[in-house]
This record gives sequence, C-alpha cells and structure tokens, in this order.
Amino acid sequence: MKKLFTIIALFGALSLAGLTAHAQDKPTEKPVATAPAASAAAAPAAAPATQTAAPAPTPNKGDVSWMLTSTALVLMMSVPALALFYGGMVRSKNMLSMLMQVFVVFSLVSVLWCVYGYSLAFTEGNAFIGGFDRLFLNGTFDAMKGEFAMAATFSKATPIPELVFVAFQATFAAITCCLILGAFAERAKFSAVLIFMVLWFTFAYAPIAHMVWFWPGPDAYTAANVVDATNAKAGLLWQWGALDFAGGTVVHINAGIAGIVGAYLIGKRVGYGKEAMSPHNLTMTMIGAALLWTGWFGFNAGSALEAGNSAALAFMNTYLATACAVLSWMFGEWLFKGKPSMLGAASGAVAGLVAITPAAGNVGIPGAFVIGIAAGLVCLWGVNGLKKMLGADDSLDVFGVHAVGGVLGALLTGVFNAQSLGGPGLVTDWVTGKVASNPIIDQVWIQAQAVGVTIIWSGIVAFIAYKIADLLVGLRVSEEEEREGLDVSSHGETAYHL
Amino acid sequence: MKLVTAIIKPFKLDEVREALSAIGVTGITVTEVKGFGRQKGHTELYRGAEYVVDFLPKVKIEAAIKSEMLDQVIEAIEKSANTGKIGDGKIFVFELEQVIRIRTGETGAEAL
Repeated sequence: MKKLFTIIALFGALSLAGLTAHAQDKPTEKPVATAPAASAAAAPAAAPATQTAAPAPTPNKGDVSWMLTSTALVLMMSVPALALFYGGMVRSKNMLSMLMQVFVVFSLVSVLWCVYGYSLAFTEGNAFIGGFDRLFLNGTFDAMKGEFAMAATFSKATPIPELVFVAFQATFAAITCCLILGAFAERAKFSAVLIFMVLWFTFAYAPIAHMVWFWPGPDAYTAANVVDATNAKAGLLWQWGALDFAGGTVVHINAGIAGIVGAYLIGKRVGYGKEAMSPHNLTMTMIGAALLWTGWFGFNAGSALEAGNSAALAFMNTYLATACAVLSWMFGEWLFKGKPSMLGAASGAVAGLVAITPAAGNVGIPGAFVIGIAAGLVCLWGVNGLKKMLGADDSLDVFGVHAVGGVLGALLTGVFNAQSLGGPGLVTDWVTGKVASNPIIDQVWIQAQAVGVTIIWSGIVAFIAYKIADLLVGLRVSEEEEREGLDVSSHGETAYHL
Repeated sequence: MKLVTAIIKPFKLDEVREALSAIGVTGITVTEVKGFGRQKGHTELYRGAEYVVDFLPKVKIEAAIKSEMLDQVIEAIEKSANTGKIGDGKIFVFELEQVIRIRTGETGAEAL
C-alpha cells in the first residue's frame, strides 16, 4: 500500500508542477484568429472574442441543454448502469467489489481528466497526443473577465462552452476505463486496478482519443489554401479519415483489448471451469442493461455535439440497432442453445449499443438494421465459440462484447456510411461543407486501419501497464482471499445480510 | 410414538399440511432443503458457460405422532404430495423414544 500512496503523491506533484509551469506560459498563447468562436481545442480560450473582427457567436441554448443532459446520461451509464450490469453477473461475495471498482475508477479517471487528460486528448500537439495547454482546465473560464472559452461542434459558428465539452468527454474517458473492469472481475487486487487505470488512461485512452477525435473544428477551415495546414493539426486517425461517431475505437475496442490482455495476465479465477460461477442477480443485470440503453442516447446522440439532425439520426439508430440486437441474440441463443435467456437479451442490447456507437450518426436506418442484427449474432459467437478459442477467463465478456462488437461496428460504419446504402456520407470539404461518399472499399479499409492501430496501441500499453502494476503491488489477491470473496477480503463489507 | 419425515415438492406443502390437519396431526416442522435423487438436476446456461445444477430445492416436513396414527399419516402424505411425476419425494418413519413439552413438562403421548 505504501508504494501505491507514493505513486499517487508523485502524480499529484507532477501535475502541480505542470500547472505552475503552464501558468507562466499563458501569455504566450497564440490567438487563433481564423477561429473566433474557437474549436474543440485549438487554443479556444486564447482568442478572446473582442480581439477578432466578427463578434463571437453565442452558444445555442438548445445545444447546450442537450449536451448537459447527455453528459448526465453518460454518467448514469457508468454509475449506476454499468456497475449494476456487471454486479449482477458476479457471485454475491464479489458484488461490492464490482460496484466499488466501477464507482472509484469512474471518479479517479474523472479527476485525472480534469488534471491533464483533457489537455492531452483535446489540445493541439502532434498527430498522436495533445499538449499541456489545458492542465487543470486552465483557460476554459476567465474568472476576471467572466468569459467562457468555446469549443467547436460540427457546424460552423455553432460553439458550445468548452466546459460542457470537457465534462461530456470526461464521462467517456471514465466509462471506458470502467468497461475494462469486467474482464478481471472477482480476482483483481484493488490497488493494482487503480495503478493500472492511471497508466492505461494516460498512455492509451488519451492518445487514442486524440488520434481519433481531435481536429481544429469547422471554423478553422476558412479557405481552400488553409485546408492542408488545418488537417495536419488533427489527430492521426482523423487525418486518415476514420469515422468513429461516439467511440467504437476509442471506447469499445480500446477497452475490450485492455480487458482481454488483463484476463490473460491476471489468470483464471480459482475454480474456473470446475465450480459454478453463475450470476448472482440477473434482475440487477437487467436494470443495468436497461439504464445503459437509456444512457446511451446521451452517449451516441450527444456525440453530435448539437441538438440537430445528426443527433436525431444517432438517436434513432441507437434505438433501432439495440432492439434488433436484442432479438437477434435471443433468437440465435434459442436456436443454437435451446432457450432464450434474460441474460442473453440483456447482452444483446449491450452488443447492439456497442456496435452502433461508431456508426450512430454515420449511417442511415438501413445501416442500423444490419448493424444491430449482425451485432447480436456475432457477439453471441464472441462469448461462446471465440471465447473458448481464446481460452482466457474474461469474466464478464468485455472482449466478446465490446471488442468484437466495436470492430464489427467500426467496419460496418465504413459500409453503411455510403449514401447509396442510405447513409449520410461524410463532409469531404470543410470549407464549403460539401458532403459526399467515399467508395465503400476505401472507407472500410480506412476503418480497418483505425481498428488495427487501436488494437495494437491499446494492447501494448495495457500489457506494460499490467506488468508495472504487478511489479508494484501484484495483480491478484491470494487464493484464500479470492475464495472468501473480495467484498470481505478487500473491502471489509458484505453486500447482503439476508 | 413415531417420527415421520417426508421430503416433498415445495409447491405441495400447503396441501400436505391441510391433509395432516384434517386427520388430527397437531403440529409439523418444515425446512427448506436441497438434494438429489432419481429426478436429477438441470443445466443452466449463462452466455457461454453451462452449469449443471445437481441439487434441487425440496421441502422437508417432520411430524411426531402417536403410533396408531401412522398408517393414516402415511396415506395422507402419499395422497396429498403425489403428482405422479418423478421427484415427488419420500417418507421416512422412525421410532420416537420420548417427547417433552417444554412449557409444562408433560411427557410421552400427552406432549404431542
């Protein structure tokens, strides 16, 4: 434990040092004259509206309301939804440890996000990682002038307060880390989990989010002659043209890979394959799945960053694909396994939600049907045939549902984005806002490359992060503690006194 | 005196209790138990994991009775707990040496 506290103290000290250094840098921040109302992160606050010729557009209250609502919805997806979904699937002796890990990891990552995560992910740096302009959210709110920095959306001159964007993205970072927890449930040491999360969040989540989502915003594209220079400021995968509406790569593949690496390195649960490890309360799992579905409207439709057409499309697709996946998983299970199960229906819902995530605002209704139906069947295979082939004890199927569903969704996004298949196409010219479709083969190839980069990056970072946590405190609890249950042995509490 | 122990299907408990009351049995003790017999268990499937549930839930009832009531009691339980399907349970009969009512100190048949 001492080691853990030393590490935490070290991180704190580094962060503070960073803040001090940054405070001195601030006056040298260059204003981005071409983007008066700012952009996702290209030094938004550095260009006070008064210094530019055109008055800065004020945020639309509808957009802001929707984004605040979406942010709260995504928080609901983790605490309580994911915690209950996972908690119901573990044995009763590990219920509190599951709830506790989700609750604490969510909080931990949210804090790190505000300290340095947001800055690394969403400020201008290189193609792989951002800079330190926004340490401790510095510059998002000027208390003396009472001015709020603005962040870009996907429409020109349509900003939202940057703090809303920070909070919205914070919930994404936090839930992504929480997703991983299911892979090594019921045996991981709590301190090791925290160390791993700090490392993985810093070196995998932040860079991947930067690579996929960081771009200077539509207002930066003022004329044809700045397009190349502006593109060059964006993240690597954005530059490649990868489509990821709400986090197929950043959230689900990223977490799923970290999960399976963890399941291998931490090892199987004591008695795995010999003793029954039935879920202790599928009622809670169903409540969790239902809340996930509800919260996911914030996750997907909120990723439009505006309360408009794109949000409407993402909302409907999220609704429809999920229902399709519930049915396809259930019928698949009924056909191949004999009975349609509640856990199957709930798992199908999550599989559908995962797969539609990268596609949400990037495909049309035909895409939602196909992606939803495919997700239910492919993820059913992911937790059966594929799981047996992999041979790891991925306790709650983080890989089988999130990585498999994420890859499926990412690839099919490349197919169904095409206008010929009912998709909205993509903006090919941000100066004029011209929309067109890429040839399907080309777009799928781009999507596959983005998937590949995420798998390799997340896998390597996760491997190293687990090894470091193992060296510092050891990855798993003793066999005796595991048999007793983590609730009592790690947290000194019992979930149920019946 | 005899002690009759019967293992029955849980949903038959009320019928058995009524049948025993009707023939004058004044009290029984009921316990929820698990076990296996010829009925065997069932399998449960959670995503890819299949578990065999060997022990099925049953109800155990115990009744202390006068020896002359034994045939009636056995008949009452047999009839009321019978579904004709496998897993209906069993009746065990024991000799009962002594009974004492704690409140009054009565012993033997008086205490039943």
